[in-house]
Amino acid sequence: MIIRVLSTSLVAGFLAGVLVAVIQHFTTTPLILAAEVFESQAAEAPSLISPAVFRGDDARLILAHADHDAAAGGEEGWAPADGIERTLYTSTVTIATAIGFAFLLLAGLLASGDRIDPQRALMWGAAGFVVTGLAPALGLAPELPGMPAADLIDRQVWWVATAVATGGALWLILRSRSLALQILGVALLVSPHVIGAPHLHGGEVSRVPAELAARFAATSLAVHAVLWAATGLAVGWFWQWTDSTGRA
Amino acid sequence: MNTQSYTSTTVPAEGTRSESLKAAALALVLGAGLVFTAGFSHSSTIHNAGHDTRHALSFPCH
Repeated sequence: MIIRVLSTSLVAGFLAGVLVAVIQHFTTTPLILAAEVFESQAAEAPSLISPAVFRGDDARLILAHADHDAAAGGEEGWAPADGIERTLYTSTVTIATAIGFAFLLLAGLLASGDRIDPQRALMWGAAGFVVTGLAPALGLAPELPGMPAADLIDRQVWWVATAVATGGALWLILRSRSLALQILGVALLVSPHVIGAPHLHGGEVSRVPAELAARFAATSLAVHAVLWAATGLAVGWFWQWTDSTGRA
Repeated sequence: MNTQSYTSTTVPAEGTRSESLKAAALALVLGAGLVFTAGFSHSSTIHNAGHDTRHALSFPCH
């Protein structure tokens, strides 16, 4: 059982991660690189920034991640060089995240006692997207470099609490037969949003054009959805395959 | 045959319920550990390596 869980999560996460890494390379990453141009320009000469002249193709010519962080007062130390090295590290972390999601999805399926097949695993993947994608994004919209944001730890705590509360809420609403527990689930579902995500209230202006940020928010959620869907399908498929062939 | 085919992919057919729960607990720990490391670790090296993934998957960053 343990070996089957390990092999299924590793293979399914790897396959889904590679697929999403390729999608990221052509969708979210160009938008991040474009945003970093505004981030670094604003750090060097804030008064010269003019979001109205933004053009994505031009922005991609400057890949200044290692410099922008220091210039913007952000993370320092080692960083992958722009180009193939950065792409490889991004892809590796995406694959690691996908394997992590596969483990979490399989943990839920095993705990529930549900039959494990591609269709059911896909439904669990949809729930996973609500838990780690949709619900946290309702309070903390997917952000680009250069966008003002509240304290990192505050945002991380709210993100994790929202994901845990949403997961518990979906379990109560979808799997409980008790009306009282289902009502408790609804309360749990909305509570993080009633409390509210941490935001700045000082009127800080984003360095990133609104049009770019809006495109990124939508694209990010779509990529997140694809990651969970691919992970779910791959988990269900590989779990069945190991069963039918007697492997693992 | 249909019944056998159906139950062959259910969890109890793999072993006892407690085995499934142990495997689920292990998967939960490994999954949470991987997601935390990739998306939430404060190590600057890990942050910089996974910077674009953190933004792309809407983990809080910077």
